[in-house]
Amino acid sequence: MANLTTNFIGIKSPNPFWLASAPPTDKEYNVVRAFKAGWGGVVWKTLGAEGPPVVNVNGPRYGAVWGADRRLLGLNNIELITDRPLEVNLREIKQVKRDWPDRAMVVSLMVPCDEESWKAILARVEETEADGVELNFGCPHGMSERGMGSAVGQVPEYIEMVTRWVKQHSRMPCIVKLTPNIADIRKPAEAAKRGGADAVSLINTINSITSVNLDTFSPEPMIDGKGAHGGYCGPAVKPIALNMVAEIARDPATHGLPISGIGGVTTWRDAAEFLTLGAGTVQVCTAAMTYGFGIIKEMTAGLSQYMDEKGFTSVDQLVGRAVPNVTDWQYLNLNYVAKAKINQDLCISCGRCYAACEDTSHQAISMSPDRKFEVIDAECVACNLCVNVCPVADCITMEPLAKGVTDPRTGETVGDYTNWTTHPNNPMARAAE
Amino acid sequence: MSNSPTTPGIVPARLHPEAYAQNFDDLYPDYDPHEAMVAADRCYFCHDAPCVTACPTEIDIPLFIRQIQAGQPQAAGKTIFDQNILGGMCARVCPTETLCEGACVREAAEGKPVEIGRLQRYATDTLIAKNAHPYTRAATTGKRVAVVGAGPAGLTCAHRLAMHGHDVVILDAREQPGGLNEYGIAAYKAAHGFAQTEVDWLLQIGGITVQQGWRLGTDGTLAGLQAEYDAVFLGIGLAGVNALGLADEDAPGARDAVEFIAELRQTPDLSTLPVGRHVVVIGGGMTAVDAAVQSRLLGAEHVTMVYRRGRDAMGASDHELSHAANEGVKIITHAMPVAVHANGALREVEFAYTHAGETGLEPTGETFRLQADQLFKAIGQALVNVPEGVTQDGRKIAVDAQGKTALPGVWAGGDCTGGGEDLTVTAVAQGRDAAESIHAALMGAEA
Repeated sequence: MANLTTNFIGIKSPNPFWLASAPPTDKEYNVVRAFKAGWGGVVWKTLGAEGPPVVNVNGPRYGAVWGADRRLLGLNNIELITDRPLEVNLREIKQVKRDWPDRAMVVSLMVPCDEESWKAILARVEETEADGVELNFGCPHGMSERGMGSAVGQVPEYIEMVTRWVKQHSRMPCIVKLTPNIADIRKPAEAAKRGGADAVSLINTINSITSVNLDTFSPEPMIDGKGAHGGYCGPAVKPIALNMVAEIARDPATHGLPISGIGGVTTWRDAAEFLTLGAGTVQVCTAAMTYGFGIIKEMTAGLSQYMDEKGFTSVDQLVGRAVPNVTDWQYLNLNYVAKAKINQDLCISCGRCYAACEDTSHQAISMSPDRKFEVIDAECVACNLCVNVCPVADCITMEPLAKGVTDPRTGETVGDYTNWTTHPNNPMARAAE
Repeated sequence: MSNSPTTPGIVPARLHPEAYAQNFDDLYPDYDPHEAMVAADRCYFCHDAPCVTACPTEIDIPLFIRQIQAGQPQAAGKTIFDQNILGGMCARVCPTETLCEGACVREAAEGKPVEIGRLQRYATDTLIAKNAHPYTRAATTGKRVAVVGAGPAGLTCAHRLAMHGHDVVILDAREQPGGLNEYGIAAYKAAHGFAQTEVDWLLQIGGITVQQGWRLGTDGTLAGLQAEYDAVFLGIGLAGVNALGLADEDAPGARDAVEFIAELRQTPDLSTLPVGRHVVVIGGGMTAVDAAVQSRLLGAEHVTMVYRRGRDAMGASDHELSHAANEGVKIITHAMPVAVHANGALREVEFAYTHAGETGLEPTGETFRLQADQLFKAIGQALVNVPEGVTQDGRKIAVDAQGKTALPGVWAGGDCTGGGEDLTVTAVAQGRDAAESIHAALMGAEA
């Protein structure tokens, strides 16, 4: 069995699966259940400043997007940071860390954007002997209207400033949690690094309205006929999160900055993908909220089996392995020429590839009267749409043409690697050297 | 009422009174909305979908399933009714495994097709339950059409003609409209009076008058109808039954399966309907299965279905045969009746095993006898009382592709004509297409 223990910016945990700062980590009862189930660590749900706690709405806090069998594909929430008294949270954090010393205990924080507020809360958290803090610069609703959460996360200068305060007033490792509700995720990551952050975590939730009630014309989730945008998460956001993680991992300015990956991690495979794109740990919330803490057994066993199959003995060996293969479009090999190929033994003759290609693409699939579907190589641009719409796995594959073969579509011979930067159609092309 | 399945003879009330309602209830209850969503999600929305090609009425199946997915089962129902106004009954009685579901690409891929029949029922039932008729009549044309027979072909033809603005009179020999839907199929396939519900809903189109108890040849002639109406549609079905050709085949206890099924359908309290302890059914079609299964459901102890050829030659689908076997019907193939033994009442039926010989089906020489208090003959129905002047093609009324007979102004469709396999859905297609042909002829004449 592969060793899943991780050491992330000095915070050790028996596996890289942490529960994200969210309802599952709001109190001792839940966190102890999570640790008993086998979770490697938690980021305790965000604490606010001393004083009367925030209040939540008393109607629905969550909205959802489902598949046909009510499989939860996306979840949205309008819940705020913890609404329990600060002292209670701190007491419980201390107790849990004492009882579960081998698990990662990170405390999420969000206080007003002034140095004194941060200094005050940090001192209180240090007393709990928690392993680190995560700065919640991502929460997109409720707190942002009060100048916190994503209101900070959307301004790189604020991120840098607050991060600097935190590092100045605390010896604890500091993770900066980023909001995806921004045009270029690299800017806040760079700011966090400049401020001295030990790591970033991302993504926080995405501004969203899950649906509209067409009888009452109210957005969902609906409170007394009205709705406010909430934070979207769950399986639907994973592709967005993977890209943002990869952007930070491959940006020279932030390359090497530890990342805790968040966004739609539902199975071990999702976690492994985040790890290969540079995440050192992953944080999970929606999957746990959907299925309960028991899913950790599949996640740890699955990751361990995969690592054994691939010959990886530690999580570190997996981290960042796909990052060198993430590039920009202009560097993609224009001499990589593929053609779709339909396996007639697997084909069930549904014709979806034909409809997709004929109606919306390149008219590169033929249909015979007896419903045999074949690719017309002279028309196929290898767009992959037929593969994507085919209901049978591996029925349609993309077969690259060998070097030296003539592409029947263009009449050109497949040659060596070449890309847009030197292409004659590119007005900005540099002369090939 | 202390009878049981083992009480000798043909007696009523073999079961506990509560068993009847349960036995004759819907074989497949309606989907609930969530089940329908999950079932609909399996549809791939195939291009030029094979299921549509396989449907005699060419219902746009991928479209109606997509409408269910999109949360509008009533719209899905309308899509179905556009092509097949008896889509509700067809959803219940169609042999889908040999039609739409047999052609489904998921049948090829997984041996588990999209459950098109049950989805169709969900959609049509949803719309009919609203008791809203989704069609309105065109402005009246002043043309009058007589439709003989209120079975699937006649009802469909009448509805389509009425929609086009013609005035239709349906003339039907039975007490109730519906034809085989009301008299000829197993009760559990059309539970809760669905056949009449469907007729009532269909007639909401308006412009259709239904006259029951009117028999062609007795209460009027075809020539008389031709004189009185602008067009005539014959949907008279197959009123005769084939005989075994054996002595004593009409001994007390022996009867035609269609008559038994019709009586069962018209019996409000099935505990009053007598059934034998030892029942033998001869035949291999749907009628044979319906008689055999319902005999078991009435409490017969032993029910045996005997067919002279192999299982693959049977008219009943595999699904029907599996259902019969599951209900405890014993199925014997390759055996033909050679004698009915009666001693006042029926006692035994004697069969000879058969094999395919050079001159066709031949007895092997080996025979066996089955004990029988009751014998149901289900070896096919026949066209009888063909109106004068109507030409026949073999044993059916000859028609062209639009349902026109050789007589001017006379169309025909359904089981009385050839083409198709005497299925409800085929009759619907023929009635619909004949109506379009009639409409074109009537309006063309005016132009």
